[in-house]
Amino acid sequence: MSRIAGRFEQLAEEGRKALIPYIVVGDPRLEVTVPLMHALVANGADILELGVPFSDPMSEGPVIQLAHERALANGASLRDALAAVREFREKDDTTPVLLMGYANPVEHMGHAVFADAAAEAGLDALLTVDIPPEEVSGINTELQRVGLDNIFLVAPTTPDARIERIASEASGFIYYVSLKGVTGAGHLDADDVANHVARIRKHSSLPVAVGFGIKDASSAASVAGVADGVVVGSALIRAMADTLESGADIQSAQDAAVGLLAEIREGVDSVTS
Amino acid sequence: MTSDVKKPNFGAVPDAQGRFGVYGGKYVAETLMSALDELETLYNRLKEDESFQRELDEDLARYVGRPSPLYEARRWSKQVGGARILLKREDLNHTGAHKVNNTVGQALLAKHMGKKRVIAETGAGQHGVATATIAARLGLECQVFMGEEDVRRQALNVYRMKLLGAEVIPVKSGSRTLKDAMNEAMRDWVTYVDETFYIIGTVAGPHPYPMLVRDFQCVIGREARAQCLDYTGKLPDALVACVGGGSNAIGLFHPFLEDESVAMYGVEAGGHGVSTNQHAAPLTAGTPGVLHGNRTYLMQDADGQIMHTHSVSAGLDYPGVGPEHSWLKDTGRVNYVVANDDEALRAFHTLTRVEGIMPALESSHALAYAEKLAATMSPEQSIVVNLSGRGDKDIHTVAQIDGIEF
Ligand SMILES: Cc1ncc(COP(=O)(O)O)c(C=O)c1O
Repeated sequence: MSRIAGRFEQLAEEGRKALIPYIVVGDPRLEVTVPLMHALVANGADILELGVPFSDPMSEGPVIQLAHERALANGASLRDALAAVREFREKDDTTPVLLMGYANPVEHMGHAVFADAAAEAGLDALLTVDIPPEEVSGINTELQRVGLDNIFLVAPTTPDARIERIASEASGFIYYVSLKGVTGAGHLDADDVANHVARIRKHSSLPVAVGFGIKDASSAASVAGVADGVVVGSALIRAMADTLESGADIQSAQDAAVGLLAEIREGVDSVTS
Repeated sequence: MTSDVKKPNFGAVPDAQGRFGVYGGKYVAETLMSALDELETLYNRLKEDESFQRELDEDLARYVGRPSPLYEARRWSKQVGGARILLKREDLNHTGAHKVNNTVGQALLAKHMGKKRVIAETGAGQHGVATATIAARLGLECQVFMGEEDVRRQALNVYRMKLLGAEVIPVKSGSRTLKDAMNEAMRDWVTYVDETFYIIGTVAGPHPYPMLVRDFQCVIGREARAQCLDYTGKLPDALVACVGGGSNAIGLFHPFLEDESVAMYGVEAGGHGVSTNQHAAPLTAGTPGVLHGNRTYLMQDADGQIMHTHSVSAGLDYPGVGPEHSWLKDTGRVNYVVANDDEALRAFHTLTRVEGIMPALESSHALAYAEKLAATMSPEQSIVVNLSGRGDKDIHTVAQIDGIEF
């Protein structure tokens, strides 16, 4: 069983929901990425999602765009993302880690080279925003070869027939994008999310995690009530960026993100299934 | 990489997946997939629909002013001392460039889909102006995304768009040029996908855009082919067009692809020179990758990050290129070459002084290469150059380079 499947199974037995923080590798500094990963786990993360820095992050809102720009300025790349996973695994062999990014860095590295390096580093899954099922065959063959999960997005605009198709390619969990828009946008309509999650469950028995638009304990609680997992990204990244901007040091920035995650953990745990 | 042994079937691309060989495709976030499917279905139906084609032809004739003339640049040809140079005068279209051929077509699609709002990305501002123009005529809300750097160097077109009732949104991310404008337009489209039609300005983006923009621009080549036969009694020996995303080039080339005697040259922006990294020539100096919804040649670094580009002309300042050009490069059917900033600027001045025609800096790249090519040919031969736009918008840039302040 993959680490991700195992983690969702364990949480289901405990009647808890998965909390999945997203950070960008190399933001705010390359050397804090691995310590931050461990701190997030210590403060309630069940699965870690690492953004791979890209020059053209087309699905990101302003907060995460800036994180990508800072990470690139720090020289971070896909190689550093894999190195962070490898280093993280030296101390934590149980928390699942997935990479979320855009097609080109993986294409440029080559599917097979990436898959081998990812498996060797101890990565669990890949989510490529701009690779829909229509374009997935090349990379999926390689991910399956090394036993990595492939995480797909489902959007509010995805019709049932496409959910069916996505479900047939997906493994690990399905990532439901809670709104039409970019990361960090708008506010969440919990009823609407519930309807779409129910729609996904008709076509797939995989766990469903929800992301885009969860910023605090209460929005996390409302999503945790209907889904198996909650992804939070922009809010954590903003907490770090704002802290640094106010003149505080890097440790304070990390503390701000971790503190927010702990609050969100309470929100998630206020819902029991 | 001329891998296709048998003759490529130029009429058979893209395939149903939107692929030109290994290029093209639909690399976008899930939120947009349904909108692309809907657009593709509608377009495939309307393209066979006579009343739609009649409506389009009517707009092209009465609003755009087509056909555009094929003009023999006699004095310039004589000065160069080689082939006869024929200019396809897309600069004489309404709004001053070839871009309007496509916006008129896509706006008709938007109308058929009942969309009330159109968005566009723009580099030089010509596509933005053409979109704002058609939006004004159809009473559509219009927002145009433009890199902050381009807002500065194309101030005239920014004001034109505002006069036409469009809102110009300066894009401050990344390199602040065309690629970033396209990122921001995609982000807007994801957010307002139900009510918005995204009018892409070149043969890039996800399928079906590279196909439908090509089809709308092919009017250039169809006219040029008939005009050249009529005027010289034979086909041209060569075609030359500049390549940014590649829409004016594919529009000219495509109707000639089966004419084996016709050589074709796509001219990329060499900037300060392709050995400097300060250029925008992915076909000449790039490698295949995935950007903005399709697989194509890109300018990218060792980590697969998209590189910043440089060209004196905003409309060519783009790190990618339409996927059909990538395929045409690999098949060997089209030659892709470069003209540098200084060569383009020289051609700008030459055409202005010798023929009384002020070309866009984009088109000046094609002229610069055509001049070199013509010199190697004989007066019995002819070259058709796509004069894709007029140069009014670039006067500021040229003046600045010449050290003149207004
Ligand atoms: C006059 C003119 N020519 C050429 C281009 C380049 O675009 P494409 O390569 O799609 O023709 C532009 C783009 O702005 C333009 O304004």
